[in-house]
Amino acid sequence: MSFINYASREINCKIVYYGPGLGGKTTNLQYIYERTNPQNKGQLISLATETDRTLFFDFLPLDLGSVRGFRTRFHLYTVPGQVFYDASRKLILKGVDGVIFVADSQEARMDANVESLDNLRTNLRENGFDLALVPYALQFNKRDLAGAVPYDVLLRALNVKGEPTFEAVAPKGVGVFETLKAVAKQVLHELSKK
Amino acid sequence: MTMFGPNLIVYEEEFERINAVLARLWMDANAKIVFLVDKNGQQIAAKGDLEKVDATSLASLTAGNVAATDGLARLIGEKEFSILFHEGERDNIHISIVGQRLILVVIFDERSSLGLVRLRVRKAAAELEEVLTQMASKAAEEGQAPASPFAEITDEDIDALFTE
Repeated sequence: MSFINYASREINCKIVYYGPGLGGKTTNLQYIYERTNPQNKGQLISLATETDRTLFFDFLPLDLGSVRGFRTRFHLYTVPGQVFYDASRKLILKGVDGVIFVADSQEARMDANVESLDNLRTNLRENGFDLALVPYALQFNKRDLAGAVPYDVLLRALNVKGEPTFEAVAPKGVGVFETLKAVAKQVLHELSKK
Repeated sequence: MTMFGPNLIVYEEEFERINAVLARLWMDANAKIVFLVDKNGQQIAAKGDLEKVDATSLASLTAGNVAATDGLARLIGEKEFSILFHEGERDNIHISIVGQRLILVVIFDERSSLGLVRLRVRKAAAELEEVLTQMASKAAEEGQAPASPFAEITDEDIDALFTE
């Protein structure tokens, strides 16, 4: 649910990074934070445990500049990936405008990917959204690891509706902005229909 | 109507009314900062000593806080906790829900008191609810909404956002 302020000519949208634990959601945000000009970003907030696992969410406000005279801001959130934080995940999806699913390419994490995707579908539904309709992009992260599951296999297992899909190595930034851009595009197009 | 429900849209007139309510609350409650956030963490308006805080982060964390507290409320069978209060050594934060959709935050120190803040917040909340109702009826009236500023957005426009 975006927030449009005609008085100050601003549009704010919310994008959520979803996916299994240790898949690289926070790393995506960290890379975006490092690579964005200081005037275009706010603080990166991480509500994490002492061992740097996301506890509630990470948050990064991003100012992308103007479209048609409206200042366009994206608020990026990650959810905690660990299974037992489900209540928190549900809360963060509230009012979401677009979702990025960060899948882990390792063979051993395939079950976790599928489980997390099912969980996304359920939690979207509980917030009144339908995965089939929501702006959505898929990212296969950790492509640099030896023994990464082949692209085609991941695609068959995880691509739900022909959504834009990207191979990524998040710490190096490979695929990070491409994925964000793909979902931002859909969000803005969605706004244009209203 | 789409699956996403109505977006929150604020026009000049309501924005001015909201700002006026916040300005009065800020003064009457002797507050340092007063701001209004929607439950998704978007800051709508603010008044006070804003240079000293990161307002965007404040808005997002407030919404997270309220969302978590709402979750707790439901777990024990409450609809919501309509007021949250955090007491610090110097500054305090008073958070209240307005019209089920917005969050009103007041930051104050020893120059004010919890009692005074609560009193003034109650009045401001009622006024803000009126504005909300007006916004909702405006949104409901067909033809009222101007064409989306993005109605004719092109792929080039979007690409331009990512050139830096």
